[in-house]
Amino acid sequence: MSLFTEFPEMTRTELRDFKKGIDGSFKDFIHAYGEGIENFFKPLLHFLKWFEDLLVATPWPIMLAIIALLVWGGSRSWGLVAGTIISMLVIGYLGMWEDAMFTLALTTVATIICIVIGIPIGILMSKSDRFQAVITPILDIMQTIPAFVYLIPIVMILGIGLVPGLIAVIIYAVPPIVRLTNLGIRLVDTDILEAADAFGASPRQKLWTVQMPLALPNIFAGVNQTIMMALAMVVVASLLGVHGLGLEVLKAVNSQYITLGFMNGLAIVAIAIVFDRTSQKFGKRLQKHSEVIHG
Amino acid sequence: MASHGIEIKDLFKIFGPHGNKFIDAVKGGMTKTELNEKHGHVLGLKDINISMPAGQIQVVMGLSGSGKSTLIRHINRLIEPTAGSVQYEDVDVCQMSTSELQQFRRHKTAMVFQKFALLPHRTVIGNTVYGLELQGVNKDEARSRALKWIDRVGLSGFEDHYPNQLSGGMQQRVGLARALSNDADILLMDEAFSALDPLIRTDMQSVLLDIQEELRKTIVFITHDLDEALRLGDRIAILRDGEVIQQGTGEEIVLNPADSYIADFIKEVNRGRVISVETIMNKTPIEGAANIVLKSSDMLETAAQAMAQAQETSANVCDDSKKIIGSIHLKDTINAMVTAARH
Ligand SMILES: Nc1ncnc2c1ncn2[C@@H]1O[C@H](COP(=O)(O)OP(=O)(O)O)[C@@H](O)[C@H]1O
Ligand SMILES: [Mg+2]
Repeated sequence: MSLFTEFPEMTRTELRDFKKGIDGSFKDFIHAYGEGIENFFKPLLHFLKWFEDLLVATPWPIMLAIIALLVWGGSRSWGLVAGTIISMLVIGYLGMWEDAMFTLALTTVATIICIVIGIPIGILMSKSDRFQAVITPILDIMQTIPAFVYLIPIVMILGIGLVPGLIAVIIYAVPPIVRLTNLGIRLVDTDILEAADAFGASPRQKLWTVQMPLALPNIFAGVNQTIMMALAMVVVASLLGVHGLGLEVLKAVNSQYITLGFMNGLAIVAIAIVFDRTSQKFGKRLQKHSEVIHG
Repeated sequence: MASHGIEIKDLFKIFGPHGNKFIDAVKGGMTKTELNEKHGHVLGLKDINISMPAGQIQVVMGLSGSGKSTLIRHINRLIEPTAGSVQYEDVDVCQMSTSELQQFRRHKTAMVFQKFALLPHRTVIGNTVYGLELQGVNKDEARSRALKWIDRVGLSGFEDHYPNQLSGGMQQRVGLARALSNDADILLMDEAFSALDPLIRTDMQSVLLDIQEELRKTIVFITHDLDEALRLGDRIAILRDGEVIQQGTGEEIVLNPADSYIADFIKEVNRGRVISVETIMNKTPIEGAANIVLKSSDMLETAAQAMAQAQETSANVCDDSKKIIGSIHLKDTINAMVTAARH
């Protein structure tokens, strides 16, 4: 009867041993490989540091000009360029320039790494249903598991710093680009694929002449989402000692400084909007000729 | 000119996960409906034997769902057969390895599709060089060959347009230019003109006939339209439910429909444009009397017009070497034009 009213749970000692066992073996693992893993990520750390320093050291007018140029190149919209310049000026005027540069550096590097990892995985997923079946639940976990949970092993292995922050951001931000690369390739019109086959395209030729170009708008939507998620993760990453706008938000939360919190928060929003509009407009331009019209 | 025909022998296609298992049953006479209802498999093609002549246009005709697309896709093996063979230059396409098949598709065949299937992200020239690009032809060479064909199909000046900036007729001209650029002996056209308006369609037929006059490729042309079949086809095969129910020249089919299904099909045909003088002529020339001489390969419509214009009721008939070989009467001519073969 007690089985009916009380859940049949493990005894307290059993549970403690169970957790201890796993924690213990994980610690052993770190003991054995921790340094190796840390060394493996050294080049990444150096690159990220170098990139941060570069953005901070570049005189602000030049930086502003570069940002404006990139926004123009992506969006071809004067309105967006003007909006970008104004927001960046306000950010600088309110004393957040350097933090904004840190955040920009982290987001950029995280996005590049997400693209480099995510697109090949997406391509493989599109080619194999079995691989897709394996990867999809992993992506679901990556997107739904509370970030703090995977921060624990990251911190245990790599400690606190830029690289663990970057890894946390990547784990959170990489799924959309993987998913949308896979989806984009799977959605390519079968008639066009058949034409490529009929003309004797090898699988590789088909990938590069048909599938990737036609999937590009979707892949780009993935890049856009990845950037947004990376920016959203900046505050959490600051828990791991990543400096930038996120850290200021964290400080504001800890000390209940409303203005500081909102200022830095809105700066993140402003950067997010700039990234979002630019990449969306760029995606639209990619798509210009892609819709098929019959008759 | 293409030197080899395509021999399709004992070809069967059963769609479904275990097509192989039912091949004997189908050979033993199981019908398409039975196969579908009892075993959930679709009979795509049944015992197809067609000998497609080199350098000529073979039309495959049939209603929607009769297996035309399935058949044409066996020639470049976009669809794997369940049994049978497709011979070209004494090689069985169905036995080729992956790389042999790739080479075969790149160099021996080119295809034009009903829904055009152009690459939407590429311009007209970009689409036209596609086959050459896959072959590994260098860029300049590919471009100059493509430009020649773009010009030939009447798209000069549109090289840098994207497909979605062109009308359907123009898009299919790109499809044709893309196929012709390949310089392949076999041209596969699956309802290539079916999506086009009637006038543009006739136009495209003329373009094709014109090009064929010069190139003499082995063309397999799929259509569900009898007029198109009769206009283009040197030979015609008619499919129903995956089976060939008749094949021969257009004239043979119109004169001797194999069954009432085909008789129905050809009811509305303008017979004067299909039946030749040779079919109805007498072997005895008319001494002196006839003022006009017709060729044995002329169609009845032409013959009737010629006689009416000359105000004659009969004419002598000559062969290709201008030798008089017989005669026809206007009355017989008109009779043959208006009487449908009975069934
Ligand atoms: N991949 C497939 N799987 C199952 N049945 C198919 C497949 N492709 C074609 N069929 C069936 O084969 C028959 C012939 O189709 P198809 O060759 O496309 O006809 P057509 O081109 O003459 O309209 C149809 O009954 C169709 O439903
Ligand atoms: Mg079809």
